[in-house]
Amino acid sequence: MIARRLGWVALGGLVLLLPRLVYEGLALDILTWALFATALDILLGYTGLLSFGHAAFFGAGAYASGLLALRGSVPYPVNAVAGALVAGALSVPLLYLAVRRRGIYFAMITLAFAQMIYYIINEWRGLTGGENGVQGVPRVLVGGLDLSNLTMFYYVTVPLVAVGMWVCWRIVHSPFGRVLMAIRENEVRARSLGYPVDRYKLLSAVLSCTLSGFAGGIYVIAHRFVALETVHWITSGTVVMMVLLGGMETTLGPAVGAALVLLLRDILSTWTDAWGVATGAIFVAVILVFRRGIVGTLQQLMQSRLHAALESAPRRPDEATPVSR
Amino acid sequence: MENLLLQVFNGLVNGAFFALLSLGLAVIFGMLRVVNFMHGALYMLGAFATYLLGTSAGVSFWWALVLAPLAVAAVGIVLERLFLRRLYDVDPLYNLLLTFGLTLVLQDTMRLRFGIQGVPYSAPSLLKGAIVWGNLLFPTYRLFVLGFSVLICLLTWWVIEWTRVGMIVRAATENPGLTRALGIDVDRWVPPVFAFGVALAALAGVLAAPMRNVSPLMGADLIVTTFAIVVIGGLGSILGSVVTGFLVGVIVALGAVYYPPVSNTLVFVLMAIILLLRPAGLFGSLE
Repeated sequence: MIARRLGWVALGGLVLLLPRLVYEGLALDILTWALFATALDILLGYTGLLSFGHAAFFGAGAYASGLLALRGSVPYPVNAVAGALVAGALSVPLLYLAVRRRGIYFAMITLAFAQMIYYIINEWRGLTGGENGVQGVPRVLVGGLDLSNLTMFYYVTVPLVAVGMWVCWRIVHSPFGRVLMAIRENEVRARSLGYPVDRYKLLSAVLSCTLSGFAGGIYVIAHRFVALETVHWITSGTVVMMVLLGGMETTLGPAVGAALVLLLRDILSTWTDAWGVATGAIFVAVILVFRRGIVGTLQQLMQSRLHAALESAPRRPDEATPVSR
Repeated sequence: MENLLLQVFNGLVNGAFFALLSLGLAVIFGMLRVVNFMHGALYMLGAFATYLLGTSAGVSFWWALVLAPLAVAAVGIVLERLFLRRLYDVDPLYNLLLTFGLTLVLQDTMRLRFGIQGVPYSAPSLLKGAIVWGNLLFPTYRLFVLGFSVLICLLTWWVIEWTRVGMIVRAATENPGLTRALGIDVDRWVPPVFAFGVALAALAGVLAAPMRNVSPLMGADLIVTTFAIVVIGGLGSILGSVVTGFLVGVIVALGAVYYPPVSNTLVFVLMAIILLLRPAGLFGSLE
């Protein structure tokens, strides 16, 4: 318990010092993508549905938030919250259709709908700027405080991301989250126990998309810009990779994965532009030999040591969650 | 009316590419239970193979029609043996993700080598020009694409429905365990079937080379459209994937006549309607 508390204090310190360790832009990217990846994990890790279209909802949040700030002078973080709501609203009809199919089809359907959003954003030039994206987004806090200083913006954003991450954690560590896991493990049994499985899946997807949209809303204000590329399926794939690399179904895994991928991209970009080759190769390596991810592997190691130590002691049901994969 | 007829023709030509690609996806999915995300990238490799064979070895389009799919199929077999094979025992989603990673590698490698704009490739002189029919003008090359891909689709259907090889593939698709019990080595058939599906994608790429710009990202958007078509048709049926491919090609072309901006999104709207009315797809049964 003490070790755990110390761990949280250390993590808090790390987050607060991050703009000193790396440059502010990268620190902010780590925050937003950490939230994005954690939000995706609600669906991917806990509900067991692979969405290959989350870029659409991240992008919808970003475009909505950016346009509200640019054209409506809506201050931060109200614009980001509005972006989240737009992403959530958009996800309702699309995911309602997607949850009608399972497994591999769900992945293909979400990918296809995300591509549809991509084309719509591209065609709707009057609103979205087409290929030019939305540029020159103002960065103003509620009350009129100018946030053009990126360091200041970072420290305003930390609590917002923390709240977002906490909401993700709260969702999956609730009776609702338990039902999601039950559906993932055995859908037929969950159904026969009387749970409206499709409605649970839809709600978990909408929550995941809303939080992804929130991350997108923060992203656009941080960059003061959103490009069409943000909505492309490569973004959807990248965030899936972050979750897998860090570890699905772990509290901090997706965030760790996001941080690692972004740091790696930053280091690599100084001496090569073959980022696609690097991303693809990491992806292949993770899928082939490291499916449990970094945090997942660490947890497993710690758990097996704990089990060895407590061999004879009876297990409390709320302590170790059995790792079945 | 004449304009409409021409649009149907153009739709059928576009549908020919959809049909070849979704047919390859269906063949691979049936045997390997893998949704091959690389399919668009392999289509792109087919086009580049045609270009490279032409510029570096002076191989004509007609020979490329045979050699390029063989070359890309060889690449496919190597990738299957090196990577895909290792994941047949886990959730099929992992192979989707694996092939996604390989797609990034393939596309980016070609981008580093050839740049993003791509390279030109012109149709053989025999297929240049157009055939005039009344007031209508049909480009010869497009007619060839349509005829040739229909032929390939029919040939594939014949092999799978009427030959011994096809019987083994169908049996292994239906019930691999029982097929093994009957003394057929199913695993031995996995690489050739995969190679065949890859060759179909590469063939589509060869056909696309003189018609569309040969560029590293030419398959990137096409693969997603093909996925939507596969959802509309269902992955289960060989004939279904071909029919859906042509059908979607025509519907999209006709939709573009009435309201051009929707031409890209129409296939996804179609997918949404099918999911609403018939979630299993036109020719599919629920998994």
